[in-house]
Amino acid sequence: MSFKLASSPHTRKNNKTGNVMLQVGIACIPGIATQVYYFGMGVLIQILLCCLVAVLTEAICLKLRNRPIKHYLDDNSAVLSALLLAICLPPLAPWWVATIGTIFAIALVKHAFGGLGQNIFNPAMAGYVVLLISFPLSMTSWLPAASLIQYDLSITDTLYTIFTGYTTQGYSVSQLIADIDGFTMATPLDAVKTGITAGYTSDEILAGNLFDNGSGIGWMQVNIAYLLGGLYLLKTKFIKWQIPVSFIASLTFFCLLAQGVSTDTVAPVWIHLTSGATMLAAFFILTDPVSASTTNKGRLVYGALVGFFVFAIRTWGGYPDAVAFAVLLANMCVPLIDYYTQPRVYGHTEVNK
Amino acid sequence: MTPIQELSWQGLWKNNPALVQMLGLCPLLAVTNTTINGLGLGIATLFVMISSNITVSIVRNWVPSEIRIPVFVMIIASLVTIIQLLMNAYTYELYQTLGIFIPLIVTNCAIIGRAEAFASKNNIKLSAIDGLMMGLGFLFVLVILGAIREILGSGTLLAGADLLLGPIAQTWTVEIFRADESFLAAILPPGAFILMGLIIAVKNMLNKRIEKLVVGEQKTQKAERVRVTADNISS
Repeated sequence: MSFKLASSPHTRKNNKTGNVMLQVGIACIPGIATQVYYFGMGVLIQILLCCLVAVLTEAICLKLRNRPIKHYLDDNSAVLSALLLAICLPPLAPWWVATIGTIFAIALVKHAFGGLGQNIFNPAMAGYVVLLISFPLSMTSWLPAASLIQYDLSITDTLYTIFTGYTTQGYSVSQLIADIDGFTMATPLDAVKTGITAGYTSDEILAGNLFDNGSGIGWMQVNIAYLLGGLYLLKTKFIKWQIPVSFIASLTFFCLLAQGVSTDTVAPVWIHLTSGATMLAAFFILTDPVSASTTNKGRLVYGALVGFFVFAIRTWGGYPDAVAFAVLLANMCVPLIDYYTQPRVYGHTEVNK
Repeated sequence: MTPIQELSWQGLWKNNPALVQMLGLCPLLAVTNTTINGLGLGIATLFVMISSNITVSIVRNWVPSEIRIPVFVMIIASLVTIIQLLMNAYTYELYQTLGIFIPLIVTNCAIIGRAEAFASKNNIKLSAIDGLMMGLGFLFVLVILGAIREILGSGTLLAGADLLLGPIAQTWTVEIFRADESFLAAILPPGAFILMGLIIAVKNMLNKRIEKLVVGEQKTQKAERVRVTADNISS
């Protein structure tokens, strides 16, 4: 028996950036599959398109910055950002929307700040915000869940719609998203927002056929699928529990608080938790290791802050969903949060700041 | 370089009021959503800059240094009033489009900056040239930023040229592309900031190229003093 002398670390974990990003991507699969089931093949086409553009943009930026291209492309970060952006896009958004968003996210939000690890803002969410304020019409034309839609959409139709704006039969996106009465069908959060503005109580709004005694057909299932993917990431310790838990807790807390004050003008807690991008945000977007807080205490603060912003913007803001804006606002606070939550170094006493 | 060459180089490129000194950013970012708006405000600023530099240079020996700033502000304010009335009379629609940003030329730091840093210390001829070059440098950035934002945001170029240049220019509008939805972010203030940043980046890149060319020509240069601020031309 021989005792070899080796210096620390003695246990190693094969956790290269590329692998972590890949695992996060894999954990998205249940959510994406559910999204495809309810909202059609458009989701996959957007993902492919965004990933392709992202890899190209990343390669060009690396070339311009004289960095090794292969080495940086292997970390999969550009693909993951593109994936998260693509998931958030309406399935039938035109191709140039996805392209502009991805180029902005990779070239300006990531590489202009110095590449992976230097970006202050979450690239996917910054790209999404630019698209949302630039193309409000395309970016809010969400397809209703497949069971509510009146036209059958084949994959060729989807491709045609994304690249030319019309299906093979010549229907436009605005016709596709209209219901039988010709009204545009909104996303659940959208319906809640317009309903409350129009003076309905939240109970009356939720009785509509869009909701079907849930938080909107499709949306609840998609959120649950992302929750499952997120739990896998937690189990395998690719993300820490602090951000998702504090985000969900804070969103629930502010929602209950507001309901205590005025029940009828606030969507119930379960709508907030299982609609829009809540679960995707909690486990996949907020936990971005670069733009989120890096200390354990800081992560709790960061999650809680985003939870508050999401609730505030959804309730009082101009947009139905708020995750992207909330994430960007919280990203700005991260340096401050990190400064005040530095952990005590072992062997040193607490320094009062 | 002769003084005139030096002043032109400084005003148009090296010490450009918008790209290097970063002065007058408020009107620069607020009105440049079309080329013509940028051009209109640029011409107004150019006029004010030349005349204020000349006037300040004329009175520079009679103004006690303790009260020079209020005096400069009064001079600039009078000149801005003149240009405001002129635009009100001759280019009424453009005057309405630019709105508050014409009177706000008074507060454009680039103008008072030149009055204080250059015109109050130099003779009339040099001051006039300095005003002209600095004003042109500012105008040039306004027009470029306006053109980029107009192309990205509305897909046109020179829309509304007749507001500034008279009925002759009615047909000058060039339509680059037509889309159902325009790129609103380019028209909105955040887009102005981002594009301005990109223009500055391009300027810095060109600067490096030029410096390389110069260094290539004269290999044996003495070590330069490192300065973080822009060179002050008056010192």
